[in-house]
Amino acid sequence: MENFFDFQLTVELLGYVQPMLIAGAVLGLVAGLLGPLVVTRKMAFAVHGTSELAFTGGAAALLIGIGVGYGALAGSVIAALLLGLLSRRDSDRDSVIGAILAFGLGLGVLFLALYKGRAANKFGLLTGQVVSVGSTDLWLLIGSSVAVLAVLAVIYRPLHFASVDAAVAVARGVPVRTLSVVFAVLVGVATALSVQLVGALLVLSLMITPAAAASRVTASPLRATLLAVVFAEVSVLGGMLLSLAPGMPVSAFVTAVSFFIYLVCRLMSGKRERVQ
Amino acid sequence: MTVWGKTAQVTDRSTRAAVALRGARLSYGDRVLWDGLDLDVAPGEFVAVLGPNGSGKTSLIRVLLGLQPLSAGTVHVAGGNRRIGYIPQQRAIDVSLTLRGRDLVGFGLDGHGWGVGWRHRRERRAAVDAALESVGAMRYADAPIGLLSGGEQQRLRVAQALVGDPEVLLCDEPLLSLDLAHQRVVSDLIDARRRAADTAVLFVTHEINPILPLVDRVLYLVDGRFRIGAPAEVMTSRTLTELYRTNVEVVRVRDQIHVVGAQHVCEDEPHHVADEG
Ligand SMILES: Nc1ncnc2c1ncn2[C@@H]1O[C@H](COP(=O)(O)OP(=O)(O)O)[C@@H](O)[C@H]1O
Ligand SMILES: [Mg+2]
Repeated sequence: MENFFDFQLTVELLGYVQPMLIAGAVLGLVAGLLGPLVVTRKMAFAVHGTSELAFTGGAAALLIGIGVGYGALAGSVIAALLLGLLSRRDSDRDSVIGAILAFGLGLGVLFLALYKGRAANKFGLLTGQVVSVGSTDLWLLIGSSVAVLAVLAVIYRPLHFASVDAAVAVARGVPVRTLSVVFAVLVGVATALSVQLVGALLVLSLMITPAAAASRVTASPLRATLLAVVFAEVSVLGGMLLSLAPGMPVSAFVTAVSFFIYLVCRLMSGKRERVQ
Repeated sequence: MTVWGKTAQVTDRSTRAAVALRGARLSYGDRVLWDGLDLDVAPGEFVAVLGPNGSGKTSLIRVLLGLQPLSAGTVHVAGGNRRIGYIPQQRAIDVSLTLRGRDLVGFGLDGHGWGVGWRHRRERRAAVDAALESVGAMRYADAPIGLLSGGEQQRLRVAQALVGDPEVLLCDEPLLSLDLAHQRVVSDLIDARRRAADTAVLFVTHEINPILPLVDRVLYLVDGRFRIGAPAEVMTSRTLTELYRTNVEVVRVRDQIHVVGAQHVCEDEPHHVADEG
């Protein structure tokens, strides 16, 4: 316990974890930019469902001996497409996600049970496995992130319109249904990348918590997006640095930091509402 | 010109009309909402659409937006979707939505455009400010939209519909939840727009009196039957008695119209119908 906040040790470890920090910073950016749209579209549960299916994909990849990252990517993109296509109405979206999520998670458990490799790999998929990001993984992550951000930049305005004001967006000729499937895929990719870092169980702490915190303190979509990026970066990088010395799982610290930010924002917004 | 429908012959007349329906029929299963509907709305014309709940007023607007295919007949709307201003029937907005009034109005301007909209943001801001100013919404333009009153949200909707420079304006009960003063503001704005820019207006409403001086023609829908004509022709005891198939009396008090009729008319039209017995 005496080296829980050992500054010297933290600095020494920094060299080893530099790729990790880069990965974290990239993910913080992607999650922070997608988050406000995810929150606006009330997709928190869909993100959770997608991340669990990324776990299933990763477990399947482990079993057949290909890269876990590719498996997770495939799993969550398939999940995103399924959710986008099956839940046409808002009203039945939650139940569709619930059904697919439970089945997918069951499959993942089965795959892990059949896998005979190292036990550490099993846990990593659920809770994050930060020290294992190699340079191939890093390039996959950066490449995928750039692709996600490029698509987002093209569809951002009509997607935002469709997310907050679907009736008028449809009337103005915005391809609302297509955009929602494309966005689900973007979220799927971002989720799969985050699973590598914080694990399937904790993806919400990157994609939802920072955006939810930002939406408590501003009504401006632009400011909310900027804040969400800042909050996500602080959570990821702060969580990683804090986790170095004690050698504890990164995800525990990332979630703690992002939840702390969320609490502060809630308190601030509570005060603001009372003043008004 | 955008064409939807099965047989899309464009006649001279419908080319000039901003909205043209020919032999239009809409049915859901066995239920026919309206049939044989011929309607030309000229540029700059103000048409009020009246009728009890469920008579197919919103469905008519959905047809004009291209969201609902006709069961028979054709529909033409000038300019296509990009030149339609649409004020949807009012719905509650989530109080926690991260959106301000000015963002909603901005969508009306270029929300359909690709990209993030970083270029031209100064021009956009000026156009949005002018639209906000015109409906008197400047004071709450930066407040979270979910916290505004229904009437304030409605005025933003009007600004959103007008800011896109529409050729056709489709309004679904835009006066709902507005007080008398703001009913005036909103209907005068729409009137000024169609006079200045020759915008054709279809205005669905429960209550004709606030817009009576502005209306050129009325489309009155009841139970699959309909009548089109000037207010003085349609809003008569005889015509409405035929439409409702029950004794309805139209009383003119100064420059207002009051429809006095049977119970079911009253239920459907709470604002302008007084119960006889
Ligand atoms: N997509 C649909 N499928 C089946 N019935 C519908 C559909 N849309 C509307 N209806 C029915 O058509 C009728 C007319 O609806 P609507 O056009 O909303 O009426 P209004 O706006 O005049 O109150 C209602 O009875 C409604 O239930
Ligand atoms: Mg309606």
